[in-house]
Amino acid sequence: MIDLVQFAAQVGNVGEVTITGLGTRGGAASGVRCVHAPAGIEWVQPDEMIVSCGAGTPVDELVATLAEHRQTVALPAGGTVGGALVVGRADVRRLGYGPVRDVLLQARYISAAGEVVKAGGPTVKNVSGFDLCRLLVGSHGTLGFLGDVILRTRPLPQASKWFTRQVVDPFEVFTKLYKPTSVLWNGSQAWALLEGHPADVAEQAAAAGLTETAGPPALPAGSRRSVSPATLTSLTGDFVAEVGVGVVHHADTWPPLAAGERSAALSAAVRHEFDPGGRLNPGTDV
Amino acid sequence: MSTTLADELRAVLSPDRVRTGATELGLYARDASNIEGSAGIVCFPLTTAEVQACVRAAARHGVPFVARGSGTGLAGGATPLDHALVIALTKMDAVLSVDPVNRFAWVEPGVLNLDLTRHVTRHGMHFAPDPSSQQSCSIGGNVANNSGGPHCLSDGVTAAHILALEVVLSDGTIVELGGEQPEPSGLDLRGAFVGSEGMFGIATKVCVRLTQNAPAVRTMLMDFSSVEAGAQTVSAIIADGMVPAALEMMDQLCVQAVEAYIHAGLPVDAAAVLLVEVAGLPHGLEADVARIVEIGMAHGAGTVRIAQDEAERALLWKGRKTAFGAIARIKPNYYLHDTVVPRRKLPEVLRKVYEIVERHQLLVLNVFHAGDGNLHPLLVFDKREPGVMERVHAAGEEIVRASVEAGGVLSGEHGIGLEKRDFMPLMFGPADLAAQASMRHAFDPLGLANPFKVLPSPAACGDVQHVPEGAWV
Repeated sequence: MIDLVQFAAQVGNVGEVTITGLGTRGGAASGVRCVHAPAGIEWVQPDEMIVSCGAGTPVDELVATLAEHRQTVALPAGGTVGGALVVGRADVRRLGYGPVRDVLLQARYISAAGEVVKAGGPTVKNVSGFDLCRLLVGSHGTLGFLGDVILRTRPLPQASKWFTRQVVDPFEVFTKLYKPTSVLWNGSQAWALLEGHPADVAEQAAAAGLTETAGPPALPAGSRRSVSPATLTSLTGDFVAEVGVGVVHHADTWPPLAAGERSAALSAAVRHEFDPGGRLNPGTDV
Repeated sequence: MSTTLADELRAVLSPDRVRTGATELGLYARDASNIEGSAGIVCFPLTTAEVQACVRAAARHGVPFVARGSGTGLAGGATPLDHALVIALTKMDAVLSVDPVNRFAWVEPGVLNLDLTRHVTRHGMHFAPDPSSQQSCSIGGNVANNSGGPHCLSDGVTAAHILALEVVLSDGTIVELGGEQPEPSGLDLRGAFVGSEGMFGIATKVCVRLTQNAPAVRTMLMDFSSVEAGAQTVSAIIADGMVPAALEMMDQLCVQAVEAYIHAGLPVDAAAVLLVEVAGLPHGLEADVARIVEIGMAHGAGTVRIAQDEAERALLWKGRKTAFGAIARIKPNYYLHDTVVPRRKLPEVLRKVYEIVERHQLLVLNVFHAGDGNLHPLLVFDKREPGVMERVHAAGEEIVRASVEAGGVLSGEHGIGLEKRDFMPLMFGPADLAAQASMRHAFDPLGLANPFKVLPSPAACGDVQHVPEGAWV
């Protein structure tokens, strides 16, 4: 188990404090004392499909290590494990791999009171107590600073290939595929990432009229929108949409979606419970 | 006070949906656990507005309320204490909408798990969590307990299949958590609510994710001459990079009880039987079947029986899912446990379970989700035998302790409820429990939603702790 005593002392229990990993997802709050989470892979248990590491471990390092065991983890590439978790945004494989929130099994974090707190447990199946891990994912470090985590891994597929097809209705592709890893669409062209047994991948692609391509399209970086996947076909402009998921990568900027008034109040109540003085990542919107 | 609250409720609902008769209160005084509580009033709202009215009335009177679905929970989570108001959601049982293309549906909490799957089967989809009680348990109960089931090995438990919730909080506020959209702003309150065992509020609408039916399925049975060999096969399959749709194990006593009940030609001489199901596209499926058989043989599997048609597959599953009914042939009463251990520790912990049970002069049948390391030791006994309950509880506690000591957890899918509340310190320290209490306090500052469950004192903010009859804590 990684020793979190020193990290807890750095976070302390008074004064505003922020945290950053590799700075790829927004980095630290400005003008505030900054700490870094411990890094390093503690252990890999391929037969349990779990891995333990410090929150400061680079995602790419973790993915490379897991690949030696023919496994991977459903976190977006780049930055640190902690950053990927607290931002909580999956990459384009979310359709098949699930959201980031389903990856975190156990976390030890430093609370606003400077204590080491454990959430969750080391097994994939676990309903012992309230699901604090899910609250930590996407919390942007406002409830506590992640120290170390246990993540669930997944087997690497035998084959993994991108395919494409010109198509006005993305659902002509989407509905013909069984559990695709990703289906993207830009209004006139669809892309699909198919994984599994090579013969199945080939047959699926043929059934959906897809031809192999080098990779996914470049994702427009103007804004990342979250919409009901049922509304995708009404999109306009320069975009790439994740079919079946509802994440839209758009060239235009777009104001962040406001939460409903009541759920925002509830989020604020949770934040207040965990950090009454507002000392962790001050000024951060969740 | 209860009379006044009952009058108020009768004015809001209708008199026939507010019950205070002794017989009905008795029926609602417990769930499927052995723990007996006491209901003050039972009411049956039909709409979110009626749930809100019930909750507001309860809050005005300072009376705690307990939301209840089908009452199939095994941990006392839906057992009312101190004459609480039981709000039964069973009449809110409509499937509100289905999006067969994007694969989600909005349902009311009283919809039964298997009814939902039947409702969407024409679209080639199903609701993935499949508890053994799926014919009778409700979606609202699945949400409250974050329920699992045999097929959660590959598809994940309930939390992975809930997109959004409409919830009535204990002060009557109606709030939507999560959403059809993938990245709602704010904290993941939806995720926090799933598995909160009725202590964060009452879900009145649920948006569930639906799962594509697999194009092909193969189900097979392998038997082993030792429990260890069966358990090692489980670990070896996962270590080989396969995640079967289901990977279930039954020990000899269980197989014998089931066989006497359903006559499926099960291998009654084997020490352990593995039920393995793989699902997916045909080529990957055949490769997995071949590899699983190879691994089984390498671990000494006696015979491998692959279901030749849907009828045989149904029969094999019937054996697994009726195990709890079959045990009535052995003894009249049972106590079902639920812990999780790392797969690699299965042989060691199973050995301990047998040893503990033998020491307490009890009988145990093991039938469990081996792929998840999710143990379900089923202690069978006759409660008329003097002193037997003490032995059952003592053995249960030792099994829970052995599981946690092996690096496991208290519960895989049944929840904590009252049953394991006082074992929470085995897994969590004071600061960990305080954090969980903070979650509850943010959702329910009044402390009226199903109080005294899950969190032991003092984490429960000074709640007086109740140990009702039947609890073994």
